[in-house]
Amino acid sequence: MKKFINQGNNDTRSGFGAGLLEIGRNNKNIVALCADLTGSLKMNEFKNEFPERFFQVGIAEANMMGIAAGMTIGGKIPFTGTFANFSTGRVYDQIRQSIAYSGKNVKICASHAGVTLGEDGATHQILEDIGLMKMLPGMTVINTCDYNQTKAATISISNHYGPVYLRFGRPKVPNFTDPNQDFKIGKGVKLIDGNDVTIVATGHLVWEAIESCNQLKKEGISAELINIHTIKPLDEKIILKSIVKTKCIVSAEEHNIIGGLGESISSILVRNNLVPMEFVGVEDSFGESGTPTQLMNKYGLSSEKIMEKCKKVILRK
Amino acid sequence: MTNLNKIVTQVRRDILRMVNDVNSGHPGGSLGCTEFMVILYFKIMKRNKDFTMNGENEDLFFLSNGHISPVFYSVLSRCGYFHTSELSTFRKINSRLQGHPTTHEGLPGVRIASGSLGQGFSVAIGAAITKKLNQEKNIIYSLHGDGELQEGQNWEAIMYASANKIDNLICTIDNNNKQIDGDIKDVLDMGSLELKFQAFGWVVLTIENGNDLSEIHTKLNEAKNLCFKGNPIVIIMKTEMGNGVDFMMGTHKWHGVAPNDEQLKLALDQNPETIGDY
Repeated sequence: MKKFINQGNNDTRSGFGAGLLEIGRNNKNIVALCADLTGSLKMNEFKNEFPERFFQVGIAEANMMGIAAGMTIGGKIPFTGTFANFSTGRVYDQIRQSIAYSGKNVKICASHAGVTLGEDGATHQILEDIGLMKMLPGMTVINTCDYNQTKAATISISNHYGPVYLRFGRPKVPNFTDPNQDFKIGKGVKLIDGNDVTIVATGHLVWEAIESCNQLKKEGISAELINIHTIKPLDEKIILKSIVKTKCIVSAEEHNIIGGLGESISSILVRNNLVPMEFVGVEDSFGESGTPTQLMNKYGLSSEKIMEKCKKVILRK
Repeated sequence: MTNLNKIVTQVRRDILRMVNDVNSGHPGGSLGCTEFMVILYFKIMKRNKDFTMNGENEDLFFLSNGHISPVFYSVLSRCGYFHTSELSTFRKINSRLQGHPTTHEGLPGVRIASGSLGQGFSVAIGAAITKKLNQEKNIIYSLHGDGELQEGQNWEAIMYASANKIDNLICTIDNNNKQIDGDIKDVLDMGSLELKFQAFGWVVLTIENGNDLSEIHTKLNEAKNLCFKGNPIVIIMKTEMGNGVDFMMGTHKWHGVAPNDEQLKLALDQNPETIGDY
Protein backbone atom coordinates (compact mmCIF):
# COMPACT_ATOMS: atom_id res chain seq x y z
CA MET A 1 0.00 0.00 0.00
CA LYS A 2 1.23 3.49 -0.85
CA LYS A 3 2.85 5.29 2.05
CA PHE A 4 2.33 8.98 2.60
CA ILE A 5 5.13 10.94 4.17
CA ASN A 6 4.31 13.93 6.33
CA GLN A 7 6.68 16.62 5.07
CA GLY A 8 6.08 18.53 8.31
CA ASN A 9 2.95 19.91 9.87
CA ASN A 10 1.77 23.17 8.37
CA ASP A 11 -1.46 25.11 8.12
CA THR A 12 -3.53 25.17 4.95
CA ARG A 13 -4.01 28.94 5.31
CA SER A 14 -0.25 29.38 4.87
CA GLY A 15 -0.55 27.41 1.65
CA PHE A 16 -3.10 29.99 0.54
CA GLY A 17 -0.77 32.84 1.51
CA ALA A 18 2.11 31.29 -0.43
CA GLY A 19 -0.06 30.63 -3.47
CA LEU A 20 -1.44 34.16 -3.42
CA LEU A 21 2.05 35.63 -3.32
CA GLU A 22 3.13 33.49 -6.26
CA ILE A 23 0.21 34.41 -8.50
CA GLY A 24 0.58 38.04 -7.45
CA ARG A 25 4.10 37.95 -8.86
CA ASN A 26 2.98 36.37 -12.11
CA ASN A 27 -0.24 38.22 -12.84
CA LYS A 28 -0.69 41.94 -12.22
CA ASN A 29 -4.48 41.56 -12.39
CA ILE A 30 -4.51 39.62 -9.12
CA VAL A 31 -5.83 41.82 -6.31
CA ALA A 32 -6.48 40.86 -2.71
CA LEU A 33 -9.05 42.18 -0.26
CA CYS A 34 -9.20 41.49 3.44
CA ALA A 35 -11.67 42.33 6.22
CA ASP A 36 -9.29 43.00 9.12
CA LEU A 37 -7.79 39.49 9.25
CA THR A 38 -4.64 39.92 7.17
CA GLY A 39 -2.42 37.99 9.59
CA SER A 40 -4.94 35.20 10.15
CA LEU A 41 -5.35 34.74 6.40
CA LYS A 42 -1.57 34.82 5.83
CA MET A 43 -1.96 37.67 3.34
CA ASN A 44 0.84 39.76 4.83
CA GLU A 45 3.47 38.85 2.29
CA PHE A 46 1.17 39.75 -0.60
CA LYS A 47 0.28 42.98 1.16
CA ASN A 48 3.93 43.89 1.72
CA GLU A 49 5.05 43.07 -1.81
CA PHE A 50 2.02 44.51 -3.61
CA PRO A 51 0.58 47.25 -1.40
CA GLU A 52 -1.10 48.90 -4.40
CA ARG A 53 -3.01 45.68 -5.10
CA PHE A 54 -4.01 44.94 -1.50
CA PHE A 55 -7.26 46.42 -0.15
CA GLN A 56 -7.99 46.54 3.55
CA VAL A 57 -11.75 47.00 3.83
CA GLY A 58 -12.08 46.86 7.60
CA ILE A 59 -14.71 44.83 9.43
CA ALA A 60 -17.20 45.10 6.59
CA GLU A 61 -17.49 41.81 4.74
CA ALA A 62 -20.63 42.72 2.78
CA ASN A 63 -18.84 45.73 1.35
CA MET A 64 -15.79 43.58 0.60
CA MET A 65 -17.86 41.17 -1.53
CA GLY A 66 -19.48 44.03 -3.42
CA ILE A 67 -16.18 45.80 -4.05
CA ALA A 68 -14.67 42.52 -5.25
CA ALA A 69 -17.57 42.07 -7.69
CA GLY A 70 -17.09 45.60 -9.01
CA MET A 71 -13.34 45.19 -9.36
CA THR A 72 -13.79 42.37 -11.86
CA ILE A 73 -15.27 44.92 -14.28
CA GLY A 74 -12.08 45.98 -16.00
CA GLY A 75 -10.32 42.65 -15.63
CA LYS A 76 -9.10 42.34 -12.07
CA ILE A 77 -9.17 38.96 -10.33
CA PRO A 78 -10.07 39.65 -6.71
CA PHE A 79 -9.23 37.21 -3.90
CA THR A 80 -11.21 38.00 -0.76
CA GLY A 81 -9.94 36.81 2.59
CA THR A 82 -11.72 36.34 5.89
CA PHE A 83 -12.93 33.47 8.09
CA ALA A 84 -15.26 30.93 6.46
CA ASN A 85 -18.16 32.07 8.61
CA PHE A 86 -17.80 35.69 7.51
CA SER A 87 -17.06 34.61 3.92
CA THR A 88 -20.39 32.85 3.47
CA GLY A 89 -23.25 33.06 5.94
CA ARG A 90 -22.70 36.71 6.77
CA VAL A 91 -22.59 37.77 3.14
CA TYR A 92 -24.76 35.21 1.39
CA ASP A 93 -26.94 37.69 -0.45
CA GLN A 94 -23.97 39.79 -1.58
CA ILE A 95 -22.33 36.67 -3.00
CA ARG A 96 -25.58 35.46 -4.50
CA GLN A 97 -26.53 38.64 -6.36
CA SER A 98 -23.33 40.60 -6.99
CA ILE A 99 -20.98 37.64 -7.57
CA ALA A 100 -22.72 34.36 -8.44
CA TYR A 101 -25.79 35.58 -10.34
CA SER A 102 -23.70 38.32 -11.93
CA GLY A 103 -21.12 35.71 -12.99
CA LYS A 104 -18.18 37.64 -11.56
CA ASN A 105 -14.65 36.27 -11.42
CA VAL A 106 -14.22 36.54 -7.65
CA LYS A 107 -12.28 34.04 -5.54
CA ILE A 108 -13.78 33.82 -2.06
CA CYS A 109 -10.99 32.47 0.11
CA ALA A 110 -12.06 31.28 3.52
CA SER A 111 -9.89 30.26 6.42
CA HIS A 112 -10.77 28.88 9.86
CA ALA A 113 -13.45 26.59 8.46
CA GLY A 114 -14.98 23.91 10.64
CA VAL A 115 -14.41 23.03 14.28
CA THR A 116 -10.60 23.07 14.03
CA LEU A 117 -10.71 26.82 14.48
CA GLY A 118 -10.77 25.68 18.11
CA GLU A 119 -11.16 27.78 21.20
CA ASP A 120 -13.13 30.69 19.69
CA GLY A 121 -16.17 28.42 19.64
CA ALA A 122 -19.31 28.04 17.58
CA THR A 123 -19.79 31.71 16.66
CA HIS A 124 -16.70 31.38 14.47
CA GLN A 125 -16.82 27.67 13.51
CA ILE A 126 -19.03 27.42 10.47
CA LEU A 127 -20.08 23.90 9.52
CA GLU A 128 -22.65 24.96 6.93
CA ASP A 129 -20.50 26.86 4.44
CA ILE A 130 -20.03 24.10 1.87
CA GLY A 131 -23.79 23.66 1.71
CA LEU A 132 -24.42 27.37 1.33
CA MET A 133 -21.87 27.75 -1.44
CA LYS A 134 -22.62 24.58 -3.39
CA MET A 135 -26.25 25.60 -3.75
CA LEU A 136 -25.30 28.71 -5.71
CA PRO A 137 -25.52 28.08 -9.46
CA GLY A 138 -22.13 28.41 -11.13
CA MET A 139 -20.14 28.44 -7.91
CA THR A 140 -17.06 26.20 -7.76
CA VAL A 141 -16.46 24.83 -4.25
CA ILE A 142 -13.02 23.63 -3.18
CA ASN A 143 -11.91 22.28 0.21
CA THR A 144 -8.22 21.47 0.39
CA CYS A 145 -6.46 18.94 2.61
CA ASP A 146 -2.95 20.27 3.29
CA TYR A 147 -0.50 23.10 2.71
CA ASN A 148 0.73 21.93 -0.67
CA GLN A 149 -2.73 21.27 -2.05
CA THR A 150 -4.01 24.64 -0.82
CA LYS A 151 -1.12 26.45 -2.48
CA ALA A 152 -1.71 24.54 -5.73
CA ALA A 153 -5.45 25.24 -5.57
CA THR A 154 -4.89 28.94 -5.02
CA ILE A 155 -2.72 29.10 -8.11
CA SER A 156 -5.12 26.97 -10.12
CA ILE A 157 -8.25 29.00 -9.40
CA SER A 158 -6.53 32.16 -10.61
CA ASN A 159 -6.54 30.59 -14.07
CA HIS A 160 -10.19 29.56 -13.88
CA TYR A 161 -12.80 32.13 -14.92
CA GLY A 162 -15.79 32.30 -12.60
CA PRO A 163 -16.69 32.51 -8.93
CA VAL A 164 -14.88 30.10 -6.61
CA TYR A 165 -15.23 29.31 -2.93
CA LEU A 166 -11.89 28.07 -1.57
CA ARG A 167 -12.12 26.63 1.94
CA PHE A 168 -9.18 25.96 4.22
CA GLY A 169 -8.31 26.04 7.90
CA ARG A 170 -6.34 27.21 10.85
CA PRO A 171 -4.47 24.28 12.49
CA LYS A 172 -1.10 22.90 11.49
CA VAL A 173 -1.80 19.51 9.95
CA PRO A 174 0.34 16.95 8.11
CA ASN A 175 1.57 18.17 4.73
CA PHE A 176 1.76 15.10 2.54
CA THR A 177 0.67 15.86 -1.02
CA ASP A 178 3.14 16.53 -3.84
CA PRO A 179 4.46 20.10 -3.72
CA ASN A 180 4.50 20.07 -7.53
CA GLN A 181 1.05 18.56 -7.97
CA ASP A 182 -1.05 19.42 -10.99
CA PHE A 183 -4.22 20.70 -9.33
CA LYS A 184 -7.21 20.08 -11.58
CA ILE A 185 -10.50 21.65 -10.51
CA GLY A 186 -13.22 19.01 -10.46
CA LYS A 187 -10.89 16.02 -10.46
CA GLY A 188 -10.70 13.69 -7.49
CA VAL A 189 -7.40 12.09 -6.58
CA LYS A 190 -7.20 8.40 -5.76
CA LEU A 191 -4.68 8.13 -2.95
CA ILE A 192 -4.97 4.45 -2.02
CA ASP A 193 -6.21 1.41 -3.97
CA GLY A 194 -8.50 -0.98 -2.15
CA ASN A 195 -11.30 -3.49 -2.67
CA ASP A 196 -13.56 -3.66 0.38
CA VAL A 197 -14.77 -0.10 0.94
CA THR A 198 -14.41 3.33 -0.69
CA ILE A 199 -13.59 6.27 1.53
CA VAL A 200 -14.19 9.70 0.02
CA ALA A 201 -12.61 12.39 2.19
CA THR A 202 -12.10 16.13 1.91
CA GLY A 203 -10.09 18.76 3.78
CA HIS A 204 -8.55 17.91 7.12
CA LEU A 205 -10.28 14.51 7.09
CA VAL A 206 -8.07 13.23 4.26
CA TRP A 207 -5.09 12.65 6.56
CA GLU A 208 -7.38 11.03 9.13
CA ALA A 209 -8.62 8.75 6.37
CA ILE A 210 -5.05 7.77 5.43
CA GLU A 211 -4.49 6.70 9.00
CA SER A 212 -7.76 4.76 8.92
CA CYS A 213 -6.66 2.91 5.80
CA ASN A 214 -3.35 1.99 7.41
CA GLN A 215 -5.09 0.62 10.49
CA LEU A 216 -7.82 -1.16 8.53
CA LYS A 217 -5.11 -2.85 6.46
CA LYS A 218 -3.67 -4.33 9.64
CA GLU A 219 -7.11 -5.69 10.40
CA GLY A 220 -7.40 -7.26 6.95
CA ILE A 221 -9.70 -4.66 5.40
CA SER A 222 -8.66 -3.17 2.08
CA ALA A 223 -9.95 0.42 1.83
CA GLU A 224 -9.77 2.62 -1.26
CA LEU A 225 -9.25 6.31 -0.53
CA ILE A 226 -10.27 9.19 -2.79
CA ASN A 227 -9.24 12.74 -1.96
CA ILE A 228 -12.01 15.05 -3.14
CA HIS A 229 -10.79 18.63 -3.12
CA THR A 230 -13.50 19.93 -5.44
CA ILE A 231 -16.94 19.42 -3.96
CA LYS A 232 -18.58 21.24 -6.87
CA PRO A 233 -18.33 20.24 -9.63
CA LEU A 234 -17.99 16.81 -8.05
CA ASP A 235 -15.96 14.12 -9.81
CA GLU A 236 -18.75 11.59 -10.23
CA LYS A 237 -16.70 9.29 -12.42
CA ILE A 238 -13.99 8.53 -9.90
CA ILE A 239 -16.60 7.75 -7.22
CA LEU A 240 -18.84 5.61 -9.41
CA LYS A 241 -15.85 3.69 -10.74
CA SER A 242 -14.63 2.93 -7.25
CA ILE A 243 -17.94 1.66 -5.90
CA VAL A 244 -18.32 -0.79 -8.76
CA LYS A 245 -15.37 -2.52 -7.14
CA THR A 246 -15.98 -1.92 -3.41
CA LYS A 247 -19.81 -1.82 -3.39
CA CYS A 248 -19.95 0.47 -0.36
CA ILE A 249 -18.81 3.95 0.55
CA VAL A 250 -18.00 6.25 3.48
CA SER A 251 -17.76 10.05 3.21
CA ALA A 252 -15.61 12.08 5.63
CA GLU A 253 -15.65 15.84 6.07
CA GLU A 254 -15.33 18.57 8.67
CA HIS A 255 -18.82 19.90 7.97
CA ASN A 256 -22.43 19.30 8.83
CA ILE A 257 -23.49 16.05 7.17
CA ILE A 258 -26.52 18.05 6.00
CA GLY A 259 -25.39 20.02 2.98
CA GLY A 260 -21.89 18.61 2.78
CA LEU A 261 -19.81 16.41 0.50
CA GLY A 262 -21.53 13.23 1.72
CA GLU A 263 -24.90 14.59 0.75
CA SER A 264 -23.65 15.35 -2.76
CA ILE A 265 -22.26 11.81 -3.04
CA SER A 266 -25.50 10.25 -1.83
CA SER A 267 -27.33 12.11 -4.57
CA ILE A 268 -24.98 10.60 -7.14
CA LEU A 269 -25.53 7.12 -5.72
CA VAL A 270 -29.31 7.40 -5.77
CA ARG A 271 -29.27 8.47 -9.41
CA ASN A 272 -26.67 5.96 -10.59
CA ASN A 273 -25.74 3.03 -8.41
CA LEU A 274 -27.27 2.65 -5.00
CA VAL A 275 -24.80 1.07 -2.58
CA PRO A 276 -24.68 1.28 1.23
CA MET A 277 -23.21 4.56 2.47
CA GLU A 278 -22.15 5.95 5.85
CA PHE A 279 -21.31 9.54 6.73
CA VAL A 280 -18.48 10.90 8.86
CA GLY A 281 -19.23 14.52 9.67
CA VAL A 282 -20.86 16.73 12.24
CA GLU A 283 -24.34 15.44 13.07
CA ASP A 284 -26.42 18.59 12.55
CA SER A 285 -24.92 20.54 15.42
CA PHE A 286 -22.97 23.69 16.17
CA GLY A 287 -19.42 23.38 17.47
CA GLU A 288 -18.01 24.62 20.77
CA SER A 289 -14.76 25.76 22.40
CA GLY A 290 -11.89 23.32 22.81
CA THR A 291 -8.62 22.34 21.19
CA PRO A 292 -8.85 21.21 17.58
CA THR A 293 -7.97 17.64 18.55
CA GLN A 294 -10.53 17.54 21.33
CA LEU A 295 -13.19 18.89 19.00
CA MET A 296 -12.35 16.50 16.17
CA ASN A 297 -12.71 13.62 18.59
CA LYS A 298 -15.87 14.87 20.27
CA TYR A 299 -17.63 15.53 16.98
CA GLY A 300 -16.62 12.22 15.43
CA LEU A 301 -14.13 13.59 12.90
CA SER A 302 -11.35 11.09 13.58
CA SER A 303 -9.60 8.16 11.94
CA GLU A 304 -11.25 5.92 14.56
CA LYS A 305 -14.70 7.11 13.51
CA ILE A 306 -13.89 6.57 9.84
CA MET A 307 -12.77 2.99 10.64
CA GLU A 308 -15.94 2.38 12.63
CA LYS A 309 -18.12 3.59 9.76
CA CYS A 310 -16.14 1.52 7.25
CA LYS A 311 -16.75 -1.65 9.24
CA LYS A 312 -20.41 -0.78 9.60
CA VAL A 313 -20.95 -0.11 5.91
CA ILE A 314 -19.15 -3.32 4.89
CA LEU A 315 -21.64 -5.28 7.01
CA ARG A 316 -24.50 -3.59 5.16
CA LYS A 317 -23.35 -4.86 1.75
CA MET B 1 -32.86 70.49 -24.52
CA THR B 2 -35.78 70.23 -26.98
CA ASN B 3 -34.51 66.96 -28.29
CA LEU B 4 -33.85 65.67 -24.77
CA ASN B 5 -37.37 66.62 -23.76
CA LYS B 6 -38.66 64.47 -26.59
CA ILE B 7 -36.57 61.55 -25.42
CA VAL B 8 -37.77 62.03 -21.84
CA THR B 9 -41.39 61.92 -22.96
CA GLN B 10 -40.78 58.87 -25.10
CA VAL B 11 -39.00 57.08 -22.24
CA ARG B 12 -42.00 57.82 -20.02
CA ARG B 13 -44.25 56.23 -22.63
CA ASP B 14 -41.95 53.21 -22.77
CA ILE B 15 -42.06 52.80 -19.00
CA LEU B 16 -45.83 53.04 -18.82
CA ARG B 17 -46.42 50.65 -21.73
CA MET B 18 -43.87 48.11 -20.44
CA VAL B 19 -45.38 47.82 -16.97
CA ASN B 20 -48.95 47.89 -18.26
CA ASP B 21 -48.23 45.06 -20.69
CA VAL B 22 -47.21 42.65 -17.92
CA ASN B 23 -49.31 44.23 -15.16
CA SER B 24 -46.25 44.42 -12.94
CA GLY B 25 -43.07 46.39 -12.42
CA HIS B 26 -42.19 49.69 -10.82
CA PRO B 27 -43.40 52.80 -12.65
CA GLY B 28 -43.19 55.31 -9.76
CA GLY B 29 -39.43 55.49 -9.28
CA SER B 30 -38.82 54.95 -12.99
CA LEU B 31 -40.86 58.01 -13.92
CA GLY B 32 -39.18 60.02 -11.16
CA CYS B 33 -35.68 59.28 -12.50
CA THR B 34 -36.42 59.64 -16.19
CA GLU B 35 -34.80 63.07 -16.67
CA PHE B 36 -31.70 61.98 -14.74
CA MET B 37 -31.20 58.80 -16.76
CA VAL B 38 -31.71 60.59 -20.08
CA ILE B 39 -29.26 63.38 -19.24
CA LEU B 40 -26.72 60.91 -17.86
CA TYR B 41 -26.69 58.66 -20.89
CA PHE B 42 -27.23 61.26 -23.63
CA LYS B 43 -25.15 64.16 -22.31
CA ILE B 44 -22.86 63.27 -19.42
CA MET B 45 -21.27 59.87 -19.71
CA LYS B 46 -18.35 59.18 -22.01
CA ARG B 47 -19.45 55.93 -23.59
CA ASN B 48 -17.99 53.58 -26.16
CA LYS B 49 -20.17 52.66 -29.13
CA ASP B 50 -20.05 48.94 -28.48
CA PHE B 51 -20.81 47.37 -25.13
CA THR B 52 -18.14 45.32 -23.40
CA MET B 53 -18.35 44.05 -19.85
CA ASN B 54 -14.97 45.55 -18.97
CA GLY B 55 -15.89 48.96 -20.36
CA GLU B 56 -12.32 50.07 -20.96
CA ASN B 57 -11.74 53.79 -21.38
CA GLU B 58 -15.37 54.70 -20.86
CA ASP B 59 -17.50 55.91 -17.98
CA LEU B 60 -19.64 53.26 -16.29
CA PHE B 61 -23.05 53.36 -14.65
CA PHE B 62 -24.47 51.08 -11.97
CA LEU B 63 -28.14 50.99 -11.02
CA SER B 64 -28.40 49.97 -7.37
CA ASN B 65 -32.16 50.31 -7.03
CA GLY B 66 -32.75 47.68 -9.69
CA HIS B 67 -36.52 47.80 -9.43
CA ILE B 68 -36.57 50.92 -11.62
CA SER B 69 -35.45 48.68 -14.47
CA PRO B 70 -38.11 50.07 -16.87
CA VAL B 71 -36.37 53.46 -17.11
CA PHE B 72 -32.94 51.75 -17.29
CA TYR B 73 -34.01 49.43 -20.12
CA SER B 74 -35.78 52.18 -22.03
CA VAL B 75 -32.80 54.53 -21.87
CA LEU B 76 -30.35 51.75 -22.78
CA SER B 77 -32.39 50.84 -25.84
CA ARG B 78 -32.95 54.47 -26.83
CA CYS B 79 -29.13 54.88 -26.69
CA GLY B 80 -28.74 51.96 -29.05
CA TYR B 81 -27.47 49.18 -26.76
CA PHE B 82 -30.26 46.95 -28.10
CA HIS B 83 -33.26 47.40 -30.38
CA THR B 84 -36.24 49.16 -28.86
CA SER B 85 -38.51 46.32 -30.01
CA GLU B 86 -36.98 44.20 -27.25
CA LEU B 87 -38.67 46.43 -24.68
CA SER B 88 -41.85 44.49 -25.46
CA THR B 89 -40.29 41.42 -23.80
CA PHE B 90 -39.94 43.09 -20.39
CA ARG B 91 -40.67 40.63 -17.55
CA LYS B 92 -41.78 37.93 -19.98
CA ILE B 93 -40.47 34.38 -20.15
CA ASN B 94 -37.14 33.90 -22.00
CA SER B 95 -36.44 37.65 -21.99
CA ARG B 96 -33.16 39.45 -21.45
CA LEU B 97 -35.19 42.18 -19.76
CA GLN B 98 -35.73 40.50 -16.41
CA GLY B 99 -37.87 42.11 -13.73
CA HIS B 100 -34.67 43.37 -12.17
CA PRO B 101 -31.51 43.99 -14.22
CA THR B 102 -29.06 41.14 -14.60
CA THR B 103 -25.93 40.23 -16.51
CA HIS B 104 -27.15 36.65 -16.53
CA GLU B 105 -29.09 36.94 -19.80
CA GLY B 106 -26.39 39.02 -21.49
CA LEU B 107 -28.31 42.26 -21.99
CA PRO B 108 -25.88 44.90 -23.32
CA GLY B 109 -25.54 47.86 -20.98
CA VAL B 110 -25.94 45.91 -17.74
CA ARG B 111 -22.78 45.12 -15.75
CA ILE B 112 -24.18 43.84 -12.45
CA ALA B 113 -27.36 42.28 -11.17
CA SER B 114 -29.32 44.48 -8.80
CA GLY B 115 -32.64 44.28 -7.05
CA SER B 116 -31.69 43.03 -3.63
CA LEU B 117 -31.01 46.51 -2.31
CA GLY B 118 -27.97 48.20 -0.87
CA GLN B 119 -25.23 46.58 -2.93
CA GLY B 120 -24.60 49.22 -5.59
CA PHE B 121 -22.27 51.49 -3.63
CA SER B 122 -19.83 48.64 -3.04
CA VAL B 123 -19.92 47.50 -6.65
CA ALA B 124 -19.43 51.05 -7.94
CA ILE B 125 -16.48 51.54 -5.59
CA GLY B 126 -14.92 48.29 -6.83
CA ALA B 127 -15.26 49.41 -10.44
CA ALA B 128 -13.83 52.82 -9.52
CA ILE B 129 -10.78 51.17 -7.92
CA THR B 130 -10.20 49.10 -11.04
CA LYS B 131 -10.36 52.25 -13.18
CA LYS B 132 -7.61 53.71 -11.01
CA LEU B 133 -5.52 50.52 -11.14
CA ASN B 134 -5.86 50.51 -14.92
CA GLN B 135 -4.93 54.20 -14.99
CA GLU B 136 -8.11 55.16 -16.81
CA LYS B 137 -9.39 58.67 -16.18
CA ASN B 138 -13.03 57.70 -16.29
CA ILE B 139 -15.89 58.29 -13.89
CA ILE B 140 -18.17 55.75 -12.27
CA TYR B 141 -21.80 56.82 -11.89
CA SER B 142 -24.43 55.14 -9.80
CA LEU B 143 -28.04 55.63 -8.80
CA HIS B 144 -29.59 54.59 -5.50
CA GLY B 145 -33.01 54.88 -3.93
CA ASP B 146 -33.30 56.89 -0.74
CA GLY B 147 -35.20 54.16 1.09
CA GLU B 148 -32.47 51.78 -0.02
CA LEU B 149 -30.05 53.62 2.25
CA GLN B 150 -31.69 51.84 5.18
CA GLU B 151 -29.58 48.81 4.24
CA GLY B 152 -26.41 48.68 6.35
CA GLN B 153 -24.02 47.69 3.58
CA ASN B 154 -24.38 51.18 2.09
CA TRP B 155 -22.76 52.75 5.11
CA GLU B 156 -19.87 50.29 5.09
CA ALA B 157 -19.25 51.37 1.51
CA ILE B 158 -19.82 55.08 2.13
CA MET B 159 -17.26 54.92 4.96
CA TYR B 160 -14.79 53.07 2.74
CA ALA B 161 -15.03 55.45 -0.21
CA SER B 162 -14.05 58.58 1.69
CA ALA B 163 -11.37 56.85 3.77
CA ASN B 164 -9.77 55.58 0.58
CA LYS B 165 -10.25 58.76 -1.48
CA ILE B 166 -12.37 57.15 -4.20
CA ASP B 167 -12.67 60.37 -6.16
CA ASN B 168 -13.71 59.04 -9.56
CA LEU B 169 -17.18 58.28 -8.29
CA ILE B 170 -20.45 60.23 -8.56
CA CYS B 171 -23.32 58.57 -6.72
CA THR B 172 -26.82 59.97 -7.02
CA ILE B 173 -29.60 59.39 -4.51
CA ASP B 174 -33.14 59.40 -5.88
CA ASN B 175 -34.62 61.35 -2.99
CA ASN B 176 -38.37 61.02 -3.47
CA ASN B 177 -38.96 60.43 0.26
CA LYS B 178 -41.07 57.39 -0.46
CA GLN B 179 -40.76 53.64 -0.07
CA ILE B 180 -43.15 50.72 -0.47
CA ASP B 181 -44.81 51.02 2.92
CA GLY B 182 -45.20 54.80 2.76
CA ASP B 183 -43.27 57.98 3.44
CA ILE B 184 -39.70 57.40 4.57
CA LYS B 185 -40.19 59.56 7.63
CA ASP B 186 -42.96 57.17 8.74
CA VAL B 187 -41.24 53.90 7.85
CA LEU B 188 -37.74 54.66 9.12
CA ASP B 189 -36.83 58.31 9.34
CA MET B 190 -33.28 58.83 8.09
CA GLY B 191 -32.94 62.48 9.07
CA SER B 192 -30.73 64.62 6.86
CA LEU B 193 -29.02 62.68 4.10
CA GLU B 194 -26.86 65.73 3.34
CA LEU B 195 -25.51 65.82 6.91
CA LYS B 196 -24.98 62.08 7.00
CA PHE B 197 -22.92 62.06 3.81
CA GLN B 198 -20.98 65.13 4.91
CA ALA B 199 -20.19 63.42 8.20
CA PHE B 200 -18.89 60.45 6.23
CA GLY B 201 -16.51 62.72 4.30
CA TRP B 202 -18.31 63.02 0.98
CA VAL B 203 -18.74 66.12 -1.16
CA VAL B 204 -22.50 66.68 -1.24
CA LEU B 205 -24.41 68.38 -4.04
CA THR B 206 -28.16 68.87 -4.09
CA ILE B 207 -30.54 68.93 -7.02
CA GLU B 208 -33.62 70.77 -5.83
CA ASN B 209 -35.74 69.71 -8.80
CA GLY B 210 -34.66 66.28 -9.98
CA ASN B 211 -37.18 66.42 -12.79
CA ASP B 212 -35.68 69.57 -14.30
CA LEU B 213 -33.36 68.71 -17.17
CA SER B 214 -31.23 71.83 -17.02
CA GLU B 215 -30.68 71.68 -13.26
CA ILE B 216 -29.66 67.99 -13.46
CA HIS B 217 -27.35 68.78 -16.37
CA THR B 218 -25.72 71.67 -14.51
CA LYS B 219 -25.22 69.70 -11.30
CA LEU B 220 -23.82 66.62 -13.01
CA ASN B 221 -21.30 68.83 -14.82
CA GLU B 222 -20.44 70.46 -11.52
CA ALA B 223 -19.94 67.03 -10.00
CA LYS B 224 -17.66 66.00 -12.86
CA ASN B 225 -15.50 69.05 -12.22
CA LEU B 226 -15.17 68.01 -8.59
CA CYS B 227 -13.84 64.55 -9.46
CA PHE B 228 -10.19 63.55 -8.98
CA LYS B 229 -9.80 65.89 -6.02
CA GLY B 230 -9.65 63.35 -3.22
CA ASN B 231 -13.31 62.94 -2.30
CA PRO B 232 -16.24 60.83 -3.45
CA ILE B 233 -19.24 62.84 -4.61
CA VAL B 234 -22.89 62.32 -3.85
CA ILE B 235 -25.82 64.15 -5.38
CA ILE B 236 -29.01 64.25 -3.36
CA MET B 237 -31.56 64.54 -6.14
CA LYS B 238 -35.04 65.53 -5.02
CA THR B 239 -37.54 63.91 -7.35
CA GLU B 240 -41.26 63.35 -7.60
CA MET B 241 -42.24 59.69 -7.72
CA GLY B 242 -44.49 59.12 -10.69
CA ASN B 243 -43.45 62.38 -12.33
CA GLY B 244 -45.07 63.17 -15.66
CA VAL B 245 -48.37 61.46 -14.91
CA ASP B 246 -50.65 63.61 -12.76
CA PHE B 247 -52.47 60.81 -10.97
CA MET B 248 -49.24 58.98 -10.14
CA MET B 249 -47.51 61.94 -8.50
CA GLY B 250 -47.38 62.74 -4.81
CA THR B 251 -48.05 59.22 -3.60
CA HIS B 252 -46.11 56.02 -2.97
CA LYS B 253 -49.01 53.95 -4.32
CA TRP B 254 -47.46 53.61 -7.77
CA HIS B 255 -44.11 52.36 -6.47
CA GLY B 256 -44.76 48.82 -7.64
CA VAL B 257 -48.19 48.92 -9.28
CA ALA B 258 -48.81 49.06 -13.01
CA PRO B 259 -51.57 51.15 -14.58
CA ASN B 260 -54.49 49.27 -16.11
CA ASP B 261 -55.50 49.89 -19.72
CA GLU B 262 -57.75 52.80 -18.86
CA GLN B 263 -55.14 54.42 -16.65
CA LEU B 264 -52.49 53.81 -19.30
CA LYS B 265 -54.52 55.72 -21.86
CA LEU B 266 -54.84 58.69 -19.51
CA ALA B 267 -51.12 58.55 -18.75
CA LEU B 268 -50.09 58.30 -22.39
CA ASP B 269 -52.38 61.20 -23.30
CA GLN B 270 -50.26 63.30 -20.94
CA ASN B 271 -47.09 62.06 -22.70
CA PRO B 272 -47.75 62.10 -26.43
CA GLU B 273 -45.54 60.05 -28.74
CA THR B 274 -42.39 61.89 -29.85
CA ILE B 275 -39.65 59.79 -31.42
CA GLY B 276 -41.71 56.64 -31.94
CA ASP B 277 -43.13 53.91 -29.71
CA TYR B 278 -41.35 50.57 -29.61
